[in-house]
Amino acid sequence: MNRMNPETLHNGLSRRHFLSRTSTGIGAAALASLLNPRLFAATQTPHFAPKAKRIIWLTQAGAPSQLDLFDYKPGLASQFDKDLPGSVRGEQRLTGMTAGQKRFPIAPSVFKFQQHGQSGLWLSELLPQTAKFADDLCVIRSLHTEAINHDPAMTLLQTGHQIGGRPSFGAWASYGLGSENSDLPAFVAMISRPSGPTNAQPLHERMWGSGFLPSRYQGVRFSSGKDPVLFLSNPPGITNTRRRAMLDDVAALNHLKLDEYQDPETQARIDQYEMAFRMQSAVPELADLSKEPASIFERYGPEAKKPGTYAANCILARRLAERGVRFIQLYHRGWDQHNNLPTGIRSQCHDTDQPTAALLGELKERGMLEDTLVIWGGEFGRSVYSQGTLTKDNYGRDHHPRCYSVWMAGAGVKGGQVFGETDDFSYNIVKDPVHIHDLNATALHLLGIDHLRLTYRFQGRDYRLTDVHGEIVKGILA
Amino acid sequence: MLTLHHSSPLFLALLATLAVAAPQAAEPLRYNRDIRPILSDNCFSCHGFDPKHREAELRLDTAEGATADHDGVRAIVPGDVEKSELWVRLNSNDQDEVMPPPKSHKKVTAAQKEVLRSWIQQGAKYEPHWAFVPLAPVAMPKTKQDGWARNDLDRFILARLESEGLAPSAEAARETLIRRASLDLTGLPPTLAEVDAFLADTSPQAFEKVVNHLLKSPHYGERMAVDWLDAARFADTNGYQVDRDRELWPWRDWVISAFNRNLPFDQFTIEQIAGDLLPQPTLEQRIATGFHRNHMMNEEGGIIAEEFLAEYTADRVETTAAVWLGQTFNCCRCHDHKFDAFTQRDFYALKAFFHNVPERGVGLYSNPIRTNSPPFVNLPAPDIEAKISGLNASTKAVNEQLTALAAKSSAGVEEWARRVATATVAWEPLELRAASGGDAPPRVDAAARVVQVGPQETRANTIKIAARLPVGRFTALRFECATTESVASFQWSELKVTRAGEKKQPLKMRAIAVGDSLAATETVKALDNDRKTRVAISVKPDQAAQAVFELEQVLIIDNTTAEIEIELGVENANGPSRWRVLSTVAEPHVLAPTHVLTLARKEEAKRSEAEKKQLAAFRLSQQPENRKLSDQLSELKKQVTAAEAEIPTTLVMEEMKEARPTFMLMRGAYDKPGEQVTAATPAVLPALEAGLPHNRLGLAKWLVSPQNPLTARVTVNRFWQQVFGTGLVKTSEDFGAQGAAPSHPELLDWLAGEFIRSGWDVKHLMKLMVTSATYRQQSQLTAVLHDRDLENRLLARGPRFRLPAEMLRDQSLAASGLLVGKIGGPSVKPYHPPGLYEQVVAQRDNPSATYRQGSGDDLHRRSLYTYWKRSVPNPGMMLFDAPFRETCTLRRTRSNTPLQALNLMNDPTYVEASRFLAQRMMQEGGSAVDARLTHGFRLLLARVPKPAELAILRAAYERARADFENDAAAAKALLAVGEAKSEAPTNPAELAAFTSIASTLLNLDEAFTKE
Repeated sequence: MNRMNPETLHNGLSRRHFLSRTSTGIGAAALASLLNPRLFAATQTPHFAPKAKRIIWLTQAGAPSQLDLFDYKPGLASQFDKDLPGSVRGEQRLTGMTAGQKRFPIAPSVFKFQQHGQSGLWLSELLPQTAKFADDLCVIRSLHTEAINHDPAMTLLQTGHQIGGRPSFGAWASYGLGSENSDLPAFVAMISRPSGPTNAQPLHERMWGSGFLPSRYQGVRFSSGKDPVLFLSNPPGITNTRRRAMLDDVAALNHLKLDEYQDPETQARIDQYEMAFRMQSAVPELADLSKEPASIFERYGPEAKKPGTYAANCILARRLAERGVRFIQLYHRGWDQHNNLPTGIRSQCHDTDQPTAALLGELKERGMLEDTLVIWGGEFGRSVYSQGTLTKDNYGRDHHPRCYSVWMAGAGVKGGQVFGETDDFSYNIVKDPVHIHDLNATALHLLGIDHLRLTYRFQGRDYRLTDVHGEIVKGILA
Repeated sequence: MLTLHHSSPLFLALLATLAVAAPQAAEPLRYNRDIRPILSDNCFSCHGFDPKHREAELRLDTAEGATADHDGVRAIVPGDVEKSELWVRLNSNDQDEVMPPPKSHKKVTAAQKEVLRSWIQQGAKYEPHWAFVPLAPVAMPKTKQDGWARNDLDRFILARLESEGLAPSAEAARETLIRRASLDLTGLPPTLAEVDAFLADTSPQAFEKVVNHLLKSPHYGERMAVDWLDAARFADTNGYQVDRDRELWPWRDWVISAFNRNLPFDQFTIEQIAGDLLPQPTLEQRIATGFHRNHMMNEEGGIIAEEFLAEYTADRVETTAAVWLGQTFNCCRCHDHKFDAFTQRDFYALKAFFHNVPERGVGLYSNPIRTNSPPFVNLPAPDIEAKISGLNASTKAVNEQLTALAAKSSAGVEEWARRVATATVAWEPLELRAASGGDAPPRVDAAARVVQVGPQETRANTIKIAARLPVGRFTALRFECATTESVASFQWSELKVTRAGEKKQPLKMRAIAVGDSLAATETVKALDNDRKTRVAISVKPDQAAQAVFELEQVLIIDNTTAEIEIELGVENANGPSRWRVLSTVAEPHVLAPTHVLTLARKEEAKRSEAEKKQLAAFRLSQQPENRKLSDQLSELKKQVTAAEAEIPTTLVMEEMKEARPTFMLMRGAYDKPGEQVTAATPAVLPALEAGLPHNRLGLAKWLVSPQNPLTARVTVNRFWQQVFGTGLVKTSEDFGAQGAAPSHPELLDWLAGEFIRSGWDVKHLMKLMVTSATYRQQSQLTAVLHDRDLENRLLARGPRFRLPAEMLRDQSLAASGLLVGKIGGPSVKPYHPPGLYEQVVAQRDNPSATYRQGSGDDLHRRSLYTYWKRSVPNPGMMLFDAPFRETCTLRRTRSNTPLQALNLMNDPTYVEASRFLAQRMMQEGGSAVDARLTHGFRLLLARVPKPAELAILRAAYERARADFENDAAAAKALLAVGEAKSEAPTNPAELAAFTSIASTLLNLDEAFTKE
C-alpha cells in the first residue's frame, strides 16, 4: 500500500527533509527506514558487521536470587545461620529494610545444584528445562550495579542511568538501526505478572521509553486482550472495509494539502496512516496464537494458552522475532523475595523455566538463535544473609547490588561457559567484574553498534546508552 | 544530533543548503557565530574550561590560552596560519599528532577547517560567549522594502531575508490567521461567530481586535500554562515505585491565573521561587512556591533518605538553571562544566539556596493515606470547615455529658476499689479441638491446649479454632501467644469469638489491659472489623504476648460444656506462633491493670490526689454509659479526621530557621561530601547585588535583575518557540557553548530588551509576535524555500507544525461542542484504555492500582487537567510527545507516527467527538448535505472546503450513508461509543455517516497542524 513514488517531488522533499533534521550517519538512515524500510535498505549499515539481528531480553523484574539459581556455593551448607563475616560485608550500604537487622545469618540455598551438558555448567534444580540448553548459555556471575532499590536499578539497567529521562536500550537500538519490518514497530515490550501470591514490584513506562530521543523510538507495549497495541482496533461498527475507505478519503484530502503546501510532514503523515492500516492487520495476525499447533502449547507449558502470561509472551516473542522486530523485551514481575524465598522462587521458576527453554529450543531449531541474542536476568542480586527469620527450609533475601548473575545465549555469544567469579558468599566479585554498562556495551556490539559512536545531542551534550562508561566484555564473545 | 562532523558528501551538501549556518563570504568571521561551535564540539572537552580534564595544559576557549607560548609553540598565532600549531595538528597525517585524536571519534570537516583557517588569517579575534554579553540597546536594522513591517520585530526578520535575497510570503487567509492565533493564544479553535466577525470586519485593526479578544480570554492562561507545566515537571503523582498521588493542582491553577492576570514575569519568577519569603506572604504567594515541589519524590521502602534529598535539591538546581538561565547545570553536579564556565562549586552554591526546606528524603504517608508530604498548606474550604465546626460542637456536647457522668461515677469508687482489691482472678486454658485456615494448616496440641499457627502466613488468612468452655459464668478471655523459634512476628487484624449455634452473633467484647497484657489501644484493632488495622506482634521464647478482652455481658454456660468458635485474622507471619486461649469467671469489672490494682489495694487515706483521679478515671472507663459516650467521641473524632483529609492541600516551599549545611558532593554522590559551601550565584555571571539576602528571595531577584544577561533572552526565546515552532535559539534549553547560536542575534537581544522595558509584560510580548507581519505570513513551502530554508529559521513564511498533544484533543472537544470550559480544580480522569495500570503497577499499598475513569464533565475537560501519572502517563498524551514530566522539559519533540493515527481514529475520545461534531453538522448546518459538510469543516478548520475537497467529502458521505443504511447494526454500534448521550437521531444511518465524515476531518493533516 505504499504510495511513495521515488520520482515525485514529494518524495524528494521528504527524504531530504529527514536528512537535514538528523544529520548523517545511521540515525538518519534508521529514521527514514522507520517510515519506509525499503528506502535505505541497501545503504543502511551498522558500524560493523552485526552478529545479532535482534535481541530478545527476558527481563526478570524484582531481582532473582543468583544464589538459588546460578551462583553455586557448596561451601555455604556448613555455614547455616552463622554470621556473615564483617570483612566480607565491608562498608556495603544496606537498604532500610535490613539496615536495622542485628544479625546477618547466612542462608545457604535449599536447592540442589547439578552440572549440565558437555560444558558441565552448574545450575539449580529450579531450572530443569533451561538446563537442557546449558551448552548455549553464557552465565555471567559477576554482573554488578550501583542501585539498591528496584526503581533506580531497573531504570539503570534499561537506560544506563538511575534517574529517568534517558532512552532505553530498545529505543537506542531502534534509533540506531531502524526497523526491519514495515508493518510492525521496531521495539516491542510485553509484561507478565506472576502466577503466585508474591510481591510484584511496579514497572514504569520510562523503562521502555525513548527519553530525549524522538518518541517514535519508544517501545510499543503489547498487551493481551482486544487491543494488543493501544487503539489498534477500529471502533464498533467500523469494519476493515470502512476503515480502508475512510483512509482513502483522508489520503485524497491530504494529497490535495500536500500539493498546496508542499510540507514534507504531510507526506510523512500520509505514510504513517498507511502503516497504521498495515499494523491493524499485521498485529492481530501476530498476536493470534490460535493457528499455533497443540505441540507448541505443550512445549511452552500449561500457562501458554492464557494470554498475557510469560509463556504466551514467549511464543509471541518468537513470532515477533520471525517478523523482524528488532528489540523484543519481556518483563516478568514477582522476583522480589524478601521473605519466603523458597516458595516464591519455585513459583517464579514454574512460570518461566519451561517457556524460556521452549523459546530457546524453537529459535535453535529454526536457525534463529544464530542471529538472535537472548538475555535473561534482573536488576540486581540478592543477599547471602537471610532477611527475617532463618529456618532450615525457609529464609528471605534482601537486595544485593555488588554481584549477581544473568545469562546470554545466541548470536555471537560463547555458550557453555561461566564468566566472572564471586567470593565464597556470592557477596563480592573476585574475578572479571561486568558492570551494567559493560553488559549494554556488549549487547550493542553484538548488534553491530559501537556504543561510543551511537550518540544523540541533548542539552549540549552527546549522550550515549553507556554514559561515559562501558567496556566490551570480550570473554563472553564467541 | 549524532556525529555531526562526518566529512561525508551528504554533510557537505547539507552544509551548503543550511543557509542559516553559512557565513556570508564578504563578512568577517565572528568567533561566536562561526568558530566557537567548531571548537566547542571538537576541542573544548580536552582543551576547555574544566582544568581536571585539560590536556597538555592547553585551553582553546580563551584568547590568552590559545596564544600562550608552550616552549616556543603557540596553538594560534593570529594572522599566521602556518605558524599556528592548531592548524598543523588539524592537518597532520600522523595518528599520534592529528587533532582531534582518532579515538575521540570527533572530526573537523574540510569546510570547517577552511573556516578556521580564514579566522586565524583574519586575526583570530575571540568574543565572550554571546549569551553572557550584557544586553545593550540594539540599533534598528535598515530594510529596503517599505510598508511590509508592522512592528519593529519585523524589521529584523525582513533585514535578514533581504540579506539572504529572499522575500517574505503573502499574508495568510483570514480563516488561517484566526485559527492560527486562536490555537496559539487559547489552545482552542475559533468559534464560527469569531470567524464570521473577523471576516466581516473591514477595519485595518481587525486582526489586532481578534488578538486583543484572545488575550482577554480565560483560556489564554490555560494555553500558556501548558509549556510552563512541562518546564516545572508538574504531575499528579510522585513518580517513583508505587507512584502514589500528590496534590499540587492548586499550584497549576495559580499558573493559569498568573498568566490570565498577566502577572509580570519578574514577579511570576519571584513568587514561584520564593513567595514564602516575601514579607507577609499571601496564601497565593505560598501556593506559587509549589513550583519547586514538583520534582519526583521517592516513597520506596528501604531507600536512604539522604540519597534522595540530594536528588531533589539537584533537580531544583538543574531546573532553575535550565528554565531561567538556559544552562545545563547537570554536568556540574559531578565536575566542572566541560564547555561552559560553570564550576562544580557553582552547582553546590546554588543547591544551598534550595537545601533549607523542612522536608524528608522519603515520601511521608499517614494512614489513611494522606497524599502530601510536608511542607504543605491547607486551602480554604468553607463547606468542609463548616462541617468540622459542627462536629466540634457535637464533641463539646458529648464531653459535657462525660463530665457529668464522671461526677456521678466518682461516688461509687471506694466500694468498687475494695472489690477490685479483694477479687481473685484465675485463668483457665480452654480445651482446643481443631483448627483450620492459614498458608499451612495450624497444628493443635490438645494436651497442652495450644494451637500452632504459621510458620508463614503470606495472605490475609483467617485461622478458625474450635474450642470448648466448661460450665460457668465467664467475664473475660485472655489470648496468649509464644514461640519456640528465636523470633516470630505477625500482624493480628481480627478477632471473633462465637458461641456455636449463634453463628452470626459474635460475643461483644472490649479490649482491656490487665497485668502485663498488650495495651488496649493496640488490641482494640482486632475488634474493629477492619483488616487494615492490625496489631503488630513479635514474640520470642522468653517474651510472650497477652491480650485481654472483657465480655460485655457475662457469658453464662449452664448444664453442659459449650462449643466456641474463634476466628483469628492473621497476616504477614514469619515464624511459628503458639496460641493459648484462657477464660476467667472473676466478678465483672474487677479486672484491672497492675497499676490500678496496686492503687485499689492502697488505703484510701494514703492515696494521693493524682492516684485518686487515676482510680476514678479507670472506674469511669468501665461504665457502660461511659463506653457509649466514648464511642461517640471516637466516632466524632474519626469524622473530623476524615473531614480534615478532604481539605485540599498543596505542596509548598518553606525555609528552616537554621540552614542545613551544604557540602560539595564528590562525583555527585550523596555519601561523599567534600568542602562546605554557602549559597551563592555562579561566579561567571553578575554578582548578587549588595543588599539582597543570600536565600531564595535573593536568588529570585537576581534571576530577574536587568543585569542578568540570560533570563530575558531565554524567556523571550521560549515564547518565540511556542509561537513560531522553533526558538531564535533552536536549543531553547541550552544557551551554553554547546547550544545553537541564535538565528537572529540582534532580534533576540532587542526582544529581550523590549520585554524588560515593558515591565516583563508577557501579554505585550505575545501580542508583539502574533500581530507581526512575520507571523501573519502564509505557511506554504515553495521550491526556493525548500532548498534554502526547509526548517523555516529565516521565516520567509508563516509557522506550520503539528499541534501539541493537549491542543489536538482540546480542538476535537471544542469543535464537537463537548468541551467543558471550567477552569481549574483537581485533575480529572477521562477515557483511558483499560488494563494499562494493572500490568505494571504495584497492587499492594496502592490506592490507585486501577485507573478509575471519571464520568460526566470529567470526560470532557481540557487536557491540561488530565490526571498525569508519571509511571503510566495518559497514552493519548504520550503518543503525541508529551513528556513523562519526570524532569524539566523545555522543548518537546514533534513526531509523526502510525500510533498517532490509530489513536485519532480509534480512541473513544475521538469517536465520541466525531459523533458530536456530526450532530452539530446536522443540527446547525442546514438541511443540504454540502452545507452540513461545510459546517463541520469550518467548525474544525475555520475555513470553507475547496470544491475538490467538498467533492471528496460528499462522495464519502453518500457512500457511508448508503453503507450504514444497509447495516443498521453497525450504525447503532458506532453511535454507542462514548458516555455522552446525543439526541436520539431520527435517522441513525445519517448520523453514523456524518460521524464517519467527522472522523475523517479530525484525521486530516490540516487538523493535526497549526497552519
